[in-house]
Amino acid sequence: MTSKIKVFPGTPLREVDFKEGKILYRHDEMNGQYAWDTGIGIGSYLAALKEGVLLGSYCRSCRRTVVPPRTVCEWCFRPMNSYIPLKDTGTVNTFSLCYITWDLKRIKEPEISAVIEIDGASPLHGIMHKLGEVDPEDVHIGMRVQAVWKPADEREGAITDILYFKPIKEG
Amino acid sequence: MSERVAIIGVGWVGYRPSTPEVSYKELTYEAAVKAYADAGVNPRRDVDSFITVAEDFIEGTSIFDEYVPDQLGAVLKPVHTIGGDGLHGLATAHMLIRTGQSEIVVVEGHSKASNVVTLPEVTAYAQDPIINRPLGLNTDFIAGMEMNRYLFETGTTLEQCAAVLVKNRRNALRNPLAPYGADLTLDEVLAGPPLAWPLGRYEAAKHADGAIVIVLASEERARSLCDKPVWVIGVGWCNGAPSLESRVWGDVPYIQKAADMAYRQAGIRQPHLAIDFAELDDTYAYKELQHMEALGFCRPGEAGMLIEEGATEPDGEMPVNVSGGSLGMGNLLDANGLARALEVVLQLRGEAGQRQLDEVEVGLAQSWRGVPTTSGAVAILSN
Ligand SMILES: [Zn+2]
Repeated sequence: MTSKIKVFPGTPLREVDFKEGKILYRHDEMNGQYAWDTGIGIGSYLAALKEGVLLGSYCRSCRRTVVPPRTVCEWCFRPMNSYIPLKDTGTVNTFSLCYITWDLKRIKEPEISAVIEIDGASPLHGIMHKLGEVDPEDVHIGMRVQAVWKPADEREGAITDILYFKPIKEG
Repeated sequence: MSERVAIIGVGWVGYRPSTPEVSYKELTYEAAVKAYADAGVNPRRDVDSFITVAEDFIEGTSIFDEYVPDQLGAVLKPVHTIGGDGLHGLATAHMLIRTGQSEIVVVEGHSKASNVVTLPEVTAYAQDPIINRPLGLNTDFIAGMEMNRYLFETGTTLEQCAAVLVKNRRNALRNPLAPYGADLTLDEVLAGPPLAWPLGRYEAAKHADGAIVIVLASEERARSLCDKPVWVIGVGWCNGAPSLESRVWGDVPYIQKAADMAYRQAGIRQPHLAIDFAELDDTYAYKELQHMEALGFCRPGEAGMLIEEGATEPDGEMPVNVSGGSLGMGNLLDANGLARALEVVLQLRGEAGQRQLDEVEVGLAQSWRGVPTTSGAVAILSN
């Protein structure tokens, strides 16, 4: 359809029109500041990260260990029964090679996002993080990985206290 | 398809100026557990659809429905968010049941106002970005201008507006849910600092955190599950012109239209006779008077006299905001309408404790989405 139209009606805008102030242009930076209460579940998770520990929680009725920990089991709607420290190793469930950064810059070496099923958590329970110290071509679903932590004195109780996960060398 | 729809369970947490020990999810979970226990339902087994009312800018998270299912027991169930007030959510639940789409529906609203550090700046984003926001005014100026025109057109006085604040915060002293109970005098209110003159600082409700969950059901399910159903006998909503340049300033015709819609469904012709008590939006003190007039409780300009005569006190002819309203309980943002409806439910069930009204059968809840909106809703409930 549109391929048949040679000239679109209207006035096209060019970059230079913005620069020269030929159009009404208003720059607005939203001042949206939030101080989210992390609460019991995520608060405990972050506090444990600071100690270099991955924390999960266990639901007795579903016999499931989930990570990050939460106060309610989303499957049976019962309160979680206990918090459980987990290993910092796991298996890649899925990953992606990201060639564009969050603010739309094209990059040559991809960032590697991955969901890692944590050892000790129930199947399909993992944490969302990045992979590092690995050739993008070698990454595969089912790959065994381990957390690389920030030095203890630099941790601040944030998801970034883990720098990335790296492959576990077999044997 | 069910002709009649009932509220069969309510749960709430709060209301408090801050709730640092829990996340909004944990806050909502607590309200949901209470509501499900009250209704005698298991959300995983019995509930057909879930509605949450939330505004993405306030939450600081866009596409907010994504974050709702876990704490409501709604995983792998129909869920949607309404960018509206709690009564808009209630209206949607009513429709889902009336159309036969669902038999049991849950409505959730919460406020974590304490977590929004720059609430006035975020609220300013509701102003028109091209012709209003560049003026850089705190959004409360809209309430000041509306109040000014309302006083001008109706002859309502500053004292009468201040009397709303005195009444509602005194009512809040008898409500354990209300954090802002106080025994103030008219002079103390009038001597307070201005916010957007003629609006005084004390006459704008302070914010609070809280969560409210309401369970609704078809008549058949309500009768088998509940021995104290509260029937939704009318519900209406309406928006006015958004333009600040050409809106009606002294009056709120959208509330009148919303009420007409609800009255028609409920078969109410003379609201001041048919309705026993009301919970009205009072996020700014003068709004309670303006809303009474729009709802047809009295003629324009008469609400101020009614409050002076004590007609809207708990022992008056038409108690208004016996709960303490938003002035006494706190402004819960989009959960305000559910807080109004919750009080009506508790009164109609006879569960309002110290503030219980005698022999009430029909109550009205009304909400407004706040400045700069002309968006309002009305629900009429009966036991
Ligand atoms: Zn479970």
